[in-house]
Order: sequence, then structure tokens, then C-alpha cells
Amino acid sequence: MIVRILGEGQFRVNDDAVAELNRMDAELEAAVERDDEGGLRISLNTLLAHVRNHGTEVPPDSLEPSELIVPHEGSSMEEVRKLLSDDGLPTA
Amino acid sequence: MGVMKRVSLVFKAKANKALDRMEDPRETLDYSYQRQLEMLTKVRRGVADVATSRKRVELQMNQLQQQSTKLEDQARKALSMGREDLAREALTRKSSAQSQLGDLQTQYAQLQGEEEKLTLASQRLQAKVDAFRTRKETIKATYTAAEAQTRINEAFSGISEEMGDVGMAIQRAEDKTAQMQARAGAIDELLASGALDDAIGGRRDDIQSELDAISAGSDVESELSRLRGELESGAPKQIEGGQNGGQGAQGAQNGAAAQQARPTGGNSASLPVSDLPEDGA
Repeated sequence: MIVRILGEGQFRVNDDAVAELNRMDAELEAAVERDDEGGLRISLNTLLAHVRNHGTEVPPDSLEPSELIVPHEGSSMEEVRKLLSDDGLPTA
Repeated sequence: MGVMKRVSLVFKAKANKALDRMEDPRETLDYSYQRQLEMLTKVRRGVADVATSRKRVELQMNQLQQQSTKLEDQARKALSMGREDLAREALTRKSSAQSQLGDLQTQYAQLQGEEEKLTLASQRLQAKVDAFRTRKETIKATYTAAEAQTRINEAFSGISEEMGDVGMAIQRAEDKTAQMQARAGAIDELLASGALDDAIGGRRDDIQSELDAISAGSDVESELSRLRGELESGAPKQIEGGQNGGQGAQGAQNGAAAQQARPTGGNSASLPVSDLPEDGA
């Protein structure tokens, strides 16, 4: 499946790496729900590293949309919340 | 539902909303393509803006470095004149300049990072825009409006996601640049106020004025002793000159030699700071 890291581009991640990815995402979500800024930073970094290590970059001229989108590296709690509420997104 | 899925749904919802506004799906293609070109222009302008900021920080770093070197020279000179208080003041200012320099180095690295990210983002968008243009022509030529719908949706959601990503990257870079502009402005003020004297402008700062005053004082002293020496050796010479030409010429030569010897053997403090040898202290 195709995963986009905001600010970095798209990666194709094999199915066998997806289960682990979902587990990490659950941790990220839990950190957001707890309003735990430190936890957010740690789980986001783990998630980013996993996608970068297990994914291969999608050629830039592909027009395929991504199934999953990871917030950009160094995102704050506020920025992640904005992404989830679509306030932070410029109009397409 | 996880964070990643929710974010991707937000992106898709945005794309769908834009698509729904179009009467004829094929209109979407041209309209979207115009938006893409505008976004490309915007991201390139973003890269240029970040580069300008980075160059400004670089210039300030050079100024602070010169300032710091100058303050150290002043401290060395002050110490050689026995003015520890002035040397201390110069070193305090040097330390402040060094700490500003450290901050600027961090900012510089951040701006460099932003510039690099935006440059890559602009290259990725360019590749997608080119692909979209080709796809757009194919769709228009081959399919009826009804048939085109699915294909347009596919191409559109892919490019729309990229546009959203790039749009955010530009926003982030702008925010960071604005922060740094404010800090750069503060440093410019600091440099201009003389708290950190502007080395490039060549303005005289208070430490330099005091050092110059001391130098001027010792210049007067050395002038005095030179004149005194001239009087002591020159006065008998004149009288002797009246009595004996040969002896007078010799006396004049001695006098000239004494004059030449004085400045070089004199007070090194009268030399400009920049001419001081490194081990001058």
C-alpha cells in the first residue's frame, strides 16, 4: 500500500510491514488522546522510521493517491490535531 | 481508526469537495491544472524567500565573527596597556557576540533544511504536474464526459494530495522564515546600537575610543621625549656647527639616527589594533 509522509513524499510499503505500522499508529493515536506531547514525538518518530525503512519511494510522476498519510516529522500535538480536523489543509 | 487513515480521509474529502463543484468533470482538468501551475510558482517563490533569509543570517554570522575577532584584539591590546578593566569589558562583549553566533548557526541550519525540503517538494510537484498534463490530454481525447469521470477522479485525488502537502510545506517554511526574520531584525538592531559595535561600518566604539585615548597620551609622551632628545643633541650641534663644519655634519647625522630609532623602539600601543602581532600581549 502507498503511505505518504507529509513533507517527504510517498512510499510503497509491503503488506507484511503494514501490521506493525498499524500497531505503531495505534500508539500514536493513544498519545494524541492522552494529550501526551512526549509520547506523540516518540511514536511519530518510530512510525516515520518504520515507513522509511520498510518502504520504497514511489516515483514522483505517479498520480496514485495514498491510503495512509503520516504527519510530517517534528509535528506538534497542535499540528496533528489540525490535520485531523482538516483546518490545516489548504483547499485543493 | 488510526491517525494515518484519518489524515488520508481528510485529504480525500477535500479533493472530493473540489470535484463536486465542477459541472463537467473535464472542466476540472483544466481548472486543476491552472491551480497546479500557480502552486508551482508559489513553491518556487517559497524556496527563494527561504534562501534570502538564509543569506541574511549568513551575513550576520560574518559580522558577528568579525566583531568577535575585533573584540579579542581590543582585549589583548588593553591588557598590554595594563587596562584589565577594558580587557574584561571587551571579552564580556565577545562572549555575548559568540552566543548570538551560536544561535544564528542553529537558525542557519534550520533554514538550510527548509530550503532543501521545499526544493525537493517543488521537484516532486513538477513531476506530478507534468504527469497530470499528459493524463489530462489523454482523458480529454479518448473519453466521453461520463466515461472520463473515474479517470479524472483518480488523477485528481493524486495531484490534490500532493498540492495539499506542498501547500503545508510552504506554510511551514513561511512560519519559520517569519520567526527568523524577527530575530534577525533584533540582531541587526543590536549590531547597530553599538552594544555589539558594527565592525564593518567602522564606527568607533567606546572601548576603541579609550584605547585610542591611551595611545594618543603615550604618543604625546614619546613626541615629548623625541623633542627633548633633539634639543639635547641638536643644540650643541648648532653651536659646534658654527665653529667647525665637519663636526657639525657628524652631529646632524647622529641626530637623524636618533630620530629614526625612536619610533621603532617606541610605544607599540600607538600602532593600530590590526597591526598588532598575534603574540603582542
